[in-house]
Amino acid sequence: MGLNFDLTEEQAAIAKLAREFADEVVAPGAGQRDKTGEFPLELVKQMGKLGFFGIPFSEAYGGMGGDTVSYALAVEEISRADASLGITLAAHCSIGMGPVYYFGTEEQKQKWLPAAARGESLASFGLTEPGAGSDSAGTRTTAVRAGDHYVINGSKSFITNAYYCRYIVCTAVTAPGKGHKGISALIVPNPTEGFSIGPAYEKMGLHASDTRPLYFDNVHVPAENLLGSEGEGFRQFMVTLDGGRISIGAMAVGIAQAALDAALKYAKERVQFGQSISKFQAIQFKLADMAMEVEMARMMVLKAAWLKDQGRPFTREGAMAKLFASEAATRAANQAIQIHGGSGYMEDFPVSRFWRDAKLTEIGEGTSEIQRIVIAKQLGC
Amino acid sequence: MEILVLLKQTFDTEAKITVKDGHVVDDDVTLVINPYDEYAVEEALKLREAQGGAVTVVSVGTDRVEEALRRALAMGADEAVLVEAPAGADELTVAHALAEWASAKQWDIVLAGNVSVDSGAGQVALRFAEVLGLPHVAAALKLEVGDGKAVVHRDAEGDTEVLEVTLPTLVTAQQGLNEPRYPSVPGIMKAKRKTIARVTPAAPVAAATVVQSVFQAQQNRRNTMIKGSPAEQAQQLVQLLRGEAKVV
Ligand SMILES: Cc1cc2nc3c(=O)[nH]c(=O)nc-3n(C[C@H](O)[C@H](O)[C@H](O)COP(=O)(O)OP(=O)(O)OC[C@H]3O[C@@H](n4cnc5c(N)ncnc54)[C@H](O)[C@@H]3O)c2cc1C
Repeated sequence: MGLNFDLTEEQAAIAKLAREFADEVVAPGAGQRDKTGEFPLELVKQMGKLGFFGIPFSEAYGGMGGDTVSYALAVEEISRADASLGITLAAHCSIGMGPVYYFGTEEQKQKWLPAAARGESLASFGLTEPGAGSDSAGTRTTAVRAGDHYVINGSKSFITNAYYCRYIVCTAVTAPGKGHKGISALIVPNPTEGFSIGPAYEKMGLHASDTRPLYFDNVHVPAENLLGSEGEGFRQFMVTLDGGRISIGAMAVGIAQAALDAALKYAKERVQFGQSISKFQAIQFKLADMAMEVEMARMMVLKAAWLKDQGRPFTREGAMAKLFASEAATRAANQAIQIHGGSGYMEDFPVSRFWRDAKLTEIGEGTSEIQRIVIAKQLGC
Repeated sequence: MEILVLLKQTFDTEAKITVKDGHVVDDDVTLVINPYDEYAVEEALKLREAQGGAVTVVSVGTDRVEEALRRALAMGADEAVLVEAPAGADELTVAHALAEWASAKQWDIVLAGNVSVDSGAGQVALRFAEVLGLPHVAAALKLEVGDGKAVVHRDAEGDTEVLEVTLPTLVTAQQGLNEPRYPSVPGIMKAKRKTIARVTPAAPVAAATVVQSVFQAQQNRRNTMIKGSPAEQAQQLVQLLRGEAKVV
């Protein structure tokens, strides 16, 4: 069959479940959680029981046997109601579980994945360091082999789900002087002696997601916790991020949709100069642009997800989807504030939250600049 | 315990209803499990979880009904059956079609919704029970099953009536009986692999009623703007609610 935009029955059913759950259970407290910064552990548990945290993983490892398209649809719906919960889900699946799922041995997968897939505990991904952000090969954290152990020293920054994780997959230099070829990935159980999790950052947005620094002070992990072989860490993490971009793109689509929904509703209700402001062409054009960009972003995200499900290359499409969706989300949230006028500037309306939350999607898992570099490289530059 | 749930697919309660050429158009609307039937599915699942057994859901309708049946499977039902709707079916036809299929098996309890939110006739479940000679209790708010009996707290126009009935029996669900669960992701994946049995009624019973016409209800909306200070507005509002609307 040629081009066909229909979802399969189970993709549609998972999207519907996510939509209902987002509207009925997630949305009501989202604004309040944004104010208090409280991490919604109960919601995470509930989502775990419903299977949200294992959608794209095989049943052999406790997953649901679903696909990337279903997973992206779920991340979009949850993020539409609460992007904090969206990133919790996206980071857990794509970059927390992803490396173990794609590069772990059978034993590692059996040991770490089932509880994570059921959402009983979360998984984290530790790449970023104070001195290694976009330049992730600049990793300074070291792992030194000592008998049947590795001893890890260093630190990581901005790590999502850190406080609630049962394990973190992190990069560390095992062969100094070899650049990215000297970087390896290790699974660090939480808790482990010498491994400490710092206080939560005070963030601009995504207040109800957990982001913290991590410190490694002579942390011993068994050598069997090495992912793949020494020196493969950088490549493993880049492949993981390729997949992660689909979910950050989906998260951005959810926020953009929320911004459009809020702006459209407000524009129809708000009366100025004797008519609803949605009758003004200036407002209509903004709404039309937002709707168009949401549609385009969603198509791009779903196409990248579909390519991944087909086992085809998707680096280029994933980077494009993430780049376009994230910038579209920020634009949509920005215009949603504008359409709300002064009310948009007030925290009583959700649109400023959308804007604060959307901005992260232009930064996390590769900034917009890095996405453009990835795309240009794919073009052969 | 063999539990049967009679289930109808209806319009989403928020769907916009359009009537064209004397028929309700359903091409573009979202269809859902009739909300009262969803209570019945939930109660059936709870019964099975407490006492063991199997839950079968059955519906009369067209291909589209599969979606509603799959949702019941995703919620946790064990089996689903789709009985093809005989042409020109009314409540009598549907009740007989269901009964014809159901009579081949022994059921301990049959659950259904009190009414469907579309036609709102509240006929099919009770007629079904009559055809099969089962005792029936409508509008349950609470159901306890044990020792071959069911104790049903039923909504009697706002009061609660408590009845004891011997199994097998049919009970219909009222809003408040329970809070239906979400279908889980593993439930959705499992439901995908199940086959929905298809049945064609061998001896359909002709409809006893004829729909003469279907038309869009006219709603005359009136707005009254209340002016004045907040205190005056409140006073006027109370007067209007008392005097005109007669609701307080
Ligand atoms: C809420 C949140 C959650 C996060 N979660 C995680 C997590 O779970 N795990 C994890 O490992 N990391 C996480 N991060 C870190 C995130 O991935 C990094 O912040 C991001 O990759 C950017 O790195 P940086 O902050 O060091 O910025 P820098 O790399 O210092 O970038 C600063 C600016 O310079 C630009 N720049 C850098 N290099 C180039 C170049 N070559 N060409 C052009 N421009 C360039 C960037 O685009 C950016 O505009 C998270 C961050 C946030 C804010």
